[in-house]
Amino acid sequence: MEIILSAAIGVLTASGVYLLLRPRTYQVIIGLSLLSYAVNLFIFGMGRLRVNAPPVLEPGGVGDLSRFTDPVPQALVLTAIVIGFAMTALFLVVLLASRGFTGTDHVDGREQRHD
Amino acid sequence: MRPLCILLESTALGCPLSMNPNEGNGTIEYAGKLLSVFILAPFAGSLLAIFFPPDQRGATAWFAGTIALLCFLVAASLYPFVTSGGVLRYDIAWLPELGLNFTLRMDGFAWLFTVLVTAIGVLVVLYARYYMAAEDPVPRFLSLFLAFMGSMLGVVLSGNLILLAVFWELTSIVSFLLIGYWHHNAHARDGARMALTVTGTGGLCMLVGLLLMGRIVGSYDLDVVLASGDLIRNSPLYMPVLILVLLGALTKSAQFPFHFWLPHAMSAPTPVSAYLHSATMVKAGVFLLVRLWPVMAGTEAWFWIVGLAGLSTLLLGAYFAIFQQDLKGLLAYSTISHLGLITVLLSLGSPLAAVAAVFHIVNHATFKASLFMAAGIIDHETGTRDMRKLGGLIRYMPGTAVLAMVASAAMAGVPLLNGFISKEMFFAEAIETHQANILDTMTPYVATLAGMFAVTYSLRFIHSVFFGKIHEDLPKVPHEPPRWMRVPIEFLVLACLVVGIIPAITIGPFLHTAVVSILGANTPYYSLSVWHGWNLPLIMSFVALAGGVGLYFLMRNYLATSVEGPPIFRLLHGQRIFERVLVTLSWKWARALEQNLGTRRLQPQMRFLVFIAIAAGALPLLFNHFELPPLLVRSIDPAFALLWAVGIACAIGAAILAKFHRLAALVLLGGAGLTTCLTFVWLSAPDLAVTQLLVEIVTTVLILLGLRWLPKRIEDTQENELLSLKVRFRRLRDFLLAVVAGGGVALIAYTMMTRPMPETIASYFLERAYKEGGGTNVVNVILVDFRGFDTLGEIAVLAIVALTVFALLLRFRPQADSLEAPEQQRVQNAFDDDHPDRSKGDSVAEYLFVPSVIMRWMFPVIGMLAAYLFLRGHDLPGGGFAAGIAMSIGFILQYMSGGTRWVEERLRIHPLRWMSIGLLVAAATGIGSWLFGYPFLTSHAQYVTLPIVGKFPLASALFFDLGVFSLVLGATVLILIALAHQSIRAPRAHARATRSGKEAR
Repeated sequence: MEIILSAAIGVLTASGVYLLLRPRTYQVIIGLSLLSYAVNLFIFGMGRLRVNAPPVLEPGGVGDLSRFTDPVPQALVLTAIVIGFAMTALFLVVLLASRGFTGTDHVDGREQRHD
Repeated sequence: MRPLCILLESTALGCPLSMNPNEGNGTIEYAGKLLSVFILAPFAGSLLAIFFPPDQRGATAWFAGTIALLCFLVAASLYPFVTSGGVLRYDIAWLPELGLNFTLRMDGFAWLFTVLVTAIGVLVVLYARYYMAAEDPVPRFLSLFLAFMGSMLGVVLSGNLILLAVFWELTSIVSFLLIGYWHHNAHARDGARMALTVTGTGGLCMLVGLLLMGRIVGSYDLDVVLASGDLIRNSPLYMPVLILVLLGALTKSAQFPFHFWLPHAMSAPTPVSAYLHSATMVKAGVFLLVRLWPVMAGTEAWFWIVGLAGLSTLLLGAYFAIFQQDLKGLLAYSTISHLGLITVLLSLGSPLAAVAAVFHIVNHATFKASLFMAAGIIDHETGTRDMRKLGGLIRYMPGTAVLAMVASAAMAGVPLLNGFISKEMFFAEAIETHQANILDTMTPYVATLAGMFAVTYSLRFIHSVFFGKIHEDLPKVPHEPPRWMRVPIEFLVLACLVVGIIPAITIGPFLHTAVVSILGANTPYYSLSVWHGWNLPLIMSFVALAGGVGLYFLMRNYLATSVEGPPIFRLLHGQRIFERVLVTLSWKWARALEQNLGTRRLQPQMRFLVFIAIAAGALPLLFNHFELPPLLVRSIDPAFALLWAVGIACAIGAAILAKFHRLAALVLLGGAGLTTCLTFVWLSAPDLAVTQLLVEIVTTVLILLGLRWLPKRIEDTQENELLSLKVRFRRLRDFLLAVVAGGGVALIAYTMMTRPMPETIASYFLERAYKEGGGTNVVNVILVDFRGFDTLGEIAVLAIVALTVFALLLRFRPQADSLEAPEQQRVQNAFDDDHPDRSKGDSVAEYLFVPSVIMRWMFPVIGMLAAYLFLRGHDLPGGGFAAGIAMSIGFILQYMSGGTRWVEERLRIHPLRWMSIGLLVAAATGIGSWLFGYPFLTSHAQYVTLPIVGKFPLASALFFDLGVFSLVLGATVLILIALAHQSIRAPRAHARATRSGKEAR
């Protein structure tokens, strides 16, 4: 399990970073989204991988780590997902505004000789 | 042989007001509290003075003068507490953990300075009331003046090194504003900037020095520091502390080689010069030297650095003063020279010299302030300060002439005036051998020479202005100033005379109090008297007097017509050097650095960031002998492997296609997102899975809405083959960087995940989620209860982002090539035009008719789903975040099926209102717990039973979650709708553009 998930995190990171370094704003926004998947999975993984142990207690029950997975990374990632959406939205709008103002979708706001 | 000598015994220091400070602690405590008046009154007064109408010169002056007088009277009343080494303290805890307290401390020396600052302050206000012209905004002037007085009193009364540095910088800043008061004048601006640069830089050095000193001593408290002299002098850090602190003191006191700012500060109004550049601000430097004298002086380094600076300043200042043609310039250089004299005295390290230094500080302040005021009167009444144009004024203003003569005689050191006594003490100390080296041997000769120059420039000041023939071409007809404008000078000149004739019974006790507070048990025997018999200092005085008079009459004719500044030296412009250094540092070098190391291009910056991130991650691992964990291949679940094989393919595909095939890349991105979502399901994170799924939908819709506004980019296969080597290299480099980053993250993730779990705060939440939070879904309980405050912050961020998006889109101007309607709509409209039975827009409306009916009917279903997710959130996967996004999907589906106008005709969509309600509800829930006496956001939980719904948890956290829901809904809908609206606005803009284009044709 761990090896697959870490390979997945690695590939998501690599694709994200590669796109982050590209010249077109759309490439960067896709790259950031991929990177945020990677980061979310990474943080989530820090609570260790458990199958069939969601942190939902029985009413009146007291939980412990032997029966339930770590809820803290999940709480962190949950808000991170929503904030990640907000970031994508903001970036998309900045991207569109920049394209409207400068006439290009290059990250520098003007075309370089090569890309 | 000592007829006038009155001996001062510390025991005989009877002041009529004197009371034993040990009598009652309550009185001392009360008196200590009074110290805050010195800070509060001027700063509060400064704030109030601003609000006076600009034409109310008199009222503002009354106000400022009253404040200064109040401070003076409070200071006078505190005298009994500081005699015989008494110290008043007032502590307010500021950052006690860091040893920083707002400590005010008044000992005898601080008292003397306080009186000086406040008394001359009163006089300067009175003077300024008549000096300032009707068109000058006097309230601004007096407001700054009061602020300056407060800062200066702060420096004097600080009982904490850091507090002292704060007030020190404040004096620099306020003096900048005061020097630049006539900001329409370029000279004033340049002078102000230079003063700020020099003294501000010195102040920063001093701050570092004081921090180091605090480190050595272990406390910033002045009392502790003053008791740790040996510790400081023997510390290995002594040299750096000394140099840094001296940089602060010497720049402030305009000591060579930092003296050049002071003459340029003369563009300030004369009351400013009289106050700042004679009596107070420049004295802050020597004040600090005296303050730290007990703990820093006496070493060879101190002697050399301070002595060399002081001696060269003393001589050069006096020499330069002779050649000035501007009255204020002469006084400025004379001030520099006198400050040098005080510095020399302090460099000697002998207690007697320290006494002389303190005495001369007071004397110089009195005569120099009065001389500046006299120079101001001359300027005011004749319209010029140029000595070449002035002459014979004694016939027009005899009163002012007499006053100026007495004051400049004090400056020259003529007997029976205060300047004479301290100068005699200086000469006596100069003769004494303190250290056997060349500097010490030179001191008496330099002192006599400088004394001679002082006589020359003082004589010149009087002779060239008041005697000789009158110049007819003066800008104004000279006459005596208003009566009250002369009163401050009369007062100060009287002080010069009284102190000069009967020093022991006038200044004596106060000086002694000040000296005892510095030297304590080391206070030497000294005598304040006019006549000490025929001794070497007296002979030196006479040599200086005679020589100076002779020198003046030799140079008189040259000076009457010469250009400004001393021969040869005038070619060496301090200001020009300063400007050049400034330009080189802040412009040329900065530009060179920016050009060589900086870039405005984003890609190199990103590359650099990624590189740094990789290095920051890799280096600690390398240094700590990181070992690869064993690879556990057997625990692989084939289904999970297959899932991620798809996910990985999606991610790589998105990376490849993002440039030319945006839609495909978006779909593949969604694929990677869904894989992530399934991973959450698989690995016991149902909440994350729900949220991820919903966010995935919203993100896809969002980017789809944006795609329309991006430029067309069609892959050119031919161009692909012709890619230059450079581009190929760049892509390869980025690819390798990405592979290294990905590999590194994968490695760290794997290593972490295969290690056993350490003890974490997880158990805390698992144990208490139900017991204290009243919910079984621990993730939700953490979000809305345990870490509710974090969540509040996060939804606030979400609201801010949504508003930013909204605001940005309000000003959105799409590029011209994106304005046209999409191709599909054009084809559909063309079809309608071709068929007479169809009206334009029908086909667009009918497009995907069946799905859009279904979508319309989905609205209540999705609403129900959102309510369900919301209500079960506390116990089962769901909650405000998920419900909010689900509901927003319900809205956006309506937009997709019916179009913007259709929806907004039928539904009330007020995302801004929903957001504010959400934020208010969340905050109000938090505040509500205050009503019950609990901390912010304490939650209460219990189960209630509702008909049909059944038993469900009703915690106060539910209301908080309701706020979260409302805000998330509002923010998401706002973002999506703002973007969707662009397709309505754009055609309108397009139509406008084409119409105006046609009209132009």
